[in-house]
Amino acid sequence: MLEKGATAPDFELNATPDQKIKLKDFKGKNVILAFYPADWSPVCSDQMALYNEMLKYFDKHDAQIFGISVDSVWCHLAFEENRKLHFPLLADFEPKGAVSKAYGAYDDELGESKRALFVIDKEGKIAWSYLSPIAVNPGADGILDALEELSKK
Amino acid sequence: MSSLKPEVSNQDHIKGDDSASITIVEFGDYQCPYCGDAYPIIKEIEETFGHQIKFIFRHFPLANAHELAFPAAIAAEAAGLQGKFWEMHDALYENQYRLTADLFDELAETIGLDLEQFQQDSASAEIKTKIEDDFDSGVRSGVNGTPSFYVNGTKFDGGATDLYQMLNESAG
Repeated sequence: MLEKGATAPDFELNATPDQKIKLKDFKGKNVILAFYPADWSPVCSDQMALYNEMLKYFDKHDAQIFGISVDSVWCHLAFEENRKLHFPLLADFEPKGAVSKAYGAYDDELGESKRALFVIDKEGKIAWSYLSPIAVNPGADGILDALEELSKK
Repeated sequence: MSSLKPEVSNQDHIKGDDSASITIVEFGDYQCPYCGDAYPIIKEIEETFGHQIKFIFRHFPLANAHELAFPAAIAAEAAGLQGKFWEMHDALYENQYRLTADLFDELAETIGLDLEQFQQDSASAEIKTKIEDDFDSGVRSGVNGTPSFYVNGTKFDGGATDLYQMLNESAG
């Protein structure tokens, strides 16, 4: 998995059927990438639901969060609607898992992204990364610590 | 292992003996069904372990997922200003199955609050800040969903039933 100091590999992924997100367009902003195995995991322990509540924290640190899984855009849309998510979920769908692989966050056996977090600084360098056991929701304290560290610079 | 930040203080709602050797902190949401399931188990823990434990509740409303979570937390805090936080806390979980925006006034009357005062306090900015501070504390303590428990300041990796089991084993 890519670690602190590495250049974050650029990507272009669909957030909706007709909107693509390019990482390089977010130069000058901090970016949080949250790779996760699949949409539709149980509600209350849902990692994405937690991040959804934290958007104002991320705003404060001039950071944009993206969730990334191998689910398709249509699946993401339904999931976003159902959970009332207010940030983009990106579909690492075709070629399957290519971006997850580039970040070293792909599980070949399961065919899903691992539960991995990356904080990317304004220059496009990885400032912090964390791989969580697949069944454990890593929370958000690590992300916040990393963002606070970046604010000090 | 994540630890509780900030530590338990007199800003918290604390139930139980000051001298208790085990301090349990729950981060919870009044509309979260898993927290609702945990509620009777926590009650059982309180009954079984009595003076050995001290219980603290901090708010962690997932306001986007649960539209009544934040208003319910406000109701509990407003009741707290009349010295009845735990009465409202219990009433909210016991009536979670019929939680609506109209329920708060009804519960306030049931537990004997001054209704006018309750409604006035419910609009106060201080209460809102208190709940946001609780949420902030949860985020910084590594809360990853509700309910999340901390035992003597360290995140407990499991639900209420696991907590009961762990206490049972350490007591035995």
